[in-house]
Amino acid sequence: MIAGQVSKLIGSRVKRKEDPRLITGEGKYTDDVILPGMAYFAVLRSPYAHARINSIDTSAAADHPDVLGVMTGAEINDRCSEPFPLFAILPGMQYPERWPMAATKANYVGEPIAAVAASSRAAARDALDLIEVDYDPLPVVTDMETAGDADTPVIFEEMGTNLCYEASDQAGDPDRAFAEADGVVEARMEQPRLIPNPMEPRAAVAEYERSSGNATLWVTTQNPHIERMVAAKMLGMPENKLRVIAIDVGGGFGCKINTYSESIIAVVLAQEIGRPVKWAEDRTEHFVATSHGRGQAQYVQAAYKKDGTLLGMKLKIYADLGAYAQVISHVIPTLTPSLAPGVYSCRDIGWTTIGVFTNKIPYDAYRGAGRPEAAYIIERVMDLIADATGKDPVAVRRKNFIPKDSFPYETPTGMIYDSADYDAALDKALDIAGYDDLRAEQKAARKDGKLMGIGVTVTTEVCGFGPAAAMGGLGGFESATVRVDPMGKVTVLTGASPHGQGEETSFAQIVADDLGVPFEDVEIIHGDTSIVARGVGTFGSRTLVVGGTAILKANEQIKEKATRIATALLENKLEDTLDPQLVTLEDGLFSVQDMPDQYVTWADVGSEAYDGQLLPPEEQPGLEAVSFWEPPGLTFPFSAHIAVVEIDQDTGEVSLKRYVSVDDCGTVINPTLVEGQIHGGLAQGIGQALLEQAVWDDEGQLVSGSLMDYAMPFAQEFPMFELDRTVTPSPVNPLGAKGIGEMATISATPTVANAVIDALSHLGVTHVDIPMTAERIWRVLQTHGRRRRGGRS
Amino acid sequence: MDYPLQLTVNGVPVKRIVEPQVRLLDFLREDLGLTGAKEGCGTGDCGACTVLIDGDPHHSCLTLAVEAEGAAVTTVEGLVTDDRLNEVQSAFVSEGATQCGICTPGFVVMATAYLRDNPNPTDDELRMGIAGNLCRCTGYETIVTALHSVIDGKVERIEVAPEPLELVPEPEGE
Repeated sequence: MIAGQVSKLIGSRVKRKEDPRLITGEGKYTDDVILPGMAYFAVLRSPYAHARINSIDTSAAADHPDVLGVMTGAEINDRCSEPFPLFAILPGMQYPERWPMAATKANYVGEPIAAVAASSRAAARDALDLIEVDYDPLPVVTDMETAGDADTPVIFEEMGTNLCYEASDQAGDPDRAFAEADGVVEARMEQPRLIPNPMEPRAAVAEYERSSGNATLWVTTQNPHIERMVAAKMLGMPENKLRVIAIDVGGGFGCKINTYSESIIAVVLAQEIGRPVKWAEDRTEHFVATSHGRGQAQYVQAAYKKDGTLLGMKLKIYADLGAYAQVISHVIPTLTPSLAPGVYSCRDIGWTTIGVFTNKIPYDAYRGAGRPEAAYIIERVMDLIADATGKDPVAVRRKNFIPKDSFPYETPTGMIYDSADYDAALDKALDIAGYDDLRAEQKAARKDGKLMGIGVTVTTEVCGFGPAAAMGGLGGFESATVRVDPMGKVTVLTGASPHGQGEETSFAQIVADDLGVPFEDVEIIHGDTSIVARGVGTFGSRTLVVGGTAILKANEQIKEKATRIATALLENKLEDTLDPQLVTLEDGLFSVQDMPDQYVTWADVGSEAYDGQLLPPEEQPGLEAVSFWEPPGLTFPFSAHIAVVEIDQDTGEVSLKRYVSVDDCGTVINPTLVEGQIHGGLAQGIGQALLEQAVWDDEGQLVSGSLMDYAMPFAQEFPMFELDRTVTPSPVNPLGAKGIGEMATISATPTVANAVIDALSHLGVTHVDIPMTAERIWRVLQTHGRRRRGGRS
Repeated sequence: MDYPLQLTVNGVPVKRIVEPQVRLLDFLREDLGLTGAKEGCGTGDCGACTVLIDGDPHHSCLTLAVEAEGAAVTTVEGLVTDDRLNEVQSAFVSEGATQCGICTPGFVVMATAYLRDNPNPTDDELRMGIAGNLCRCTGYETIVTALHSVIDGKVERIEVAPEPLELVPEPEGE
């Protein structure tokens, strides 16, 4: 099964296997796990962004009649054999040790201080109020740009600085580009922190069997095997004594990659009180207990020629890591300069990336993770060049596209783009949008004194992670076990661990086509470290690319062995010897060449594989294959998006009128699933452009700390999206898939931002920071008036 | 302190002793094992815990179990009748309106009540009508499409246990 090959299920809108259980309330999410004798725990969190913990008095809480156990941070930490491990340590990077709990000093609002287990959730939460903590508040660091300054208080005395790393590099000769340029555009761009807010808050349930020392941890994670690796290390347990289960997970968007303190607390408390324990966040807790995303200040200079050619860029990027680095969070900002050239030839580029610690909850992946920040830079730069040269934003982009005959293409920042045709995607988007008509409509609107804007972007991103070298110690593979049982039904165990993407469906489609079995005969099992061969997990749009290919590779082994068994069965049936080359598998039947009536089925082969009486002497019983597959390179989906906005002159309110999304993720297995990823991705990217931002006060308190204060989009914020696609298969995996989990999010933010600024460009506005709230746009209108002051044509 | 509670849940009479501070959501999930209703926020902002009390949608996270005394409560588990999904559930499946599935139970319960009371909303009214339910996965597109198909009377209720696939191959270049 190779990209472009005609097949039956691949490419079809197959209804999701997951839906019958999810739509009837039968899903099995972590918070749905109810065990006999289960207790509940709650976590006391620091109310201060930075404070010394002088003492903790837990006696009143311990005396609460429903309380089963109270543990302070120091007591939990003492039960750990090592702190949180970090992966992909950058050269020269400094970082503090991080233990599950704050024992002597709290470094962000929400950092765990103590935990209480009780017979009910309510009692556990009530008992938190009985814990007395004596804090000495310390000076708070919230500003990423001054965090590294000599006169800024240092959070971690042992480090002597708040600087995690400062990495400078260049490709080509940026000074040459700026010397040759006809002009330079520059801007400071803000990427506010965002709060992932999957609809399922985090939860953990732990059970401990004292006699064996085995523990089971149900947890909301995107990657159960990494969770087990981290938790087992920290708890000083052998990995095979810790089973991690995450069957249904309710969205992740990056914030469920990390192993959190609560996983450790859960296991320790289960050991301590001798009962299973459960913890589940409510939304208020999620805001301060689950990692945030984005959070950059970007200083961008771009050198251009007056024909619109981008010659080079100089970037300085501050990244607010929050109080600690976690897993590979510190690496995420480094993806931003790597992807900054986007879909354009850009010979000369220099960059500095500065990761700093602040007194905020740690930052981590959020849908796109480092790439949205890059796409935002380059797509704003394209519009800034359009402004400066008086050219149409479409023309400037076309001028700079990497030509379609140059793939695989190595960017100056060292990325190897696998395949693309940017003009084709852009042509399609322009056609759907009716771009020329829109520009005419805009001209007329401006005459009538109305503010209408059109935003265009063409973006790419990197996904399908590994190989190992790109993963910093987490592993670059995915695993698949394919098992055919005596009834000829297929069970697939996959290390990829979905949380809404529908992989049970897409993977079953692949298997059904590849083996020729009915879709209903394929079960996809995931999210249990005791069942599934070691896996890496679902993030970075890698599931289909890496996990799907691993299944194909296991299928190859299965088909070879099944064909040998089928040959033996056919020989027995025909009472003759057969050349195995003459037995082929087609549409689920193993038949002899030129004898279509002589065949055996998967059930025949499956039954014989275990019965074994007719197996040739050199053949061992069983019909199961395990495959670990690591991709040779990364994949680069791409997209061309167009947004149309109108702005209310009096209020500054932006309304999104149209959104055209043409995306290319290579081979499409299930269009419904792909479109679902695009719809949701657009909603998050548009939310980022117009609504969402985490806001702190100077004391490090999260002001936007609830769904009433943090503007997550409602249904009425969006028009119906206009989707289409081009299909440029990836050459780096046999499926030809590129990944689609993050593409639309990455594109949507600059597309909408460009549209809003386009609506204001005739007033001389060249940049406005996101989120483009009514207040922010109203302020821009007050300072820029409504008079035309040049700008692009 | 304990309170004798009698109510009907999904048509089944239920008698339990509960503490007065227990939320209806926890009573349903933990005492009755009906884990369909989800806690997405615990503050009445997201709608994932929506259940019907005497036919009206309520946030079960903001309702005490004892407030449902004598009432008929319907959860997502109770929407299936005659082994078939109801129209809203069926439309959700047909349109691919479920992704992670956490908002889904509350969404289908809410939308079932909303469309019963507002059978012909405009698109704007519909979007406003479901604004109390947050979804982070779908951008609401397929949810709105699914509900429009219910409004248009185009939905056939589908069996809970999925029937074998009907193949609808996608034309090349769609």
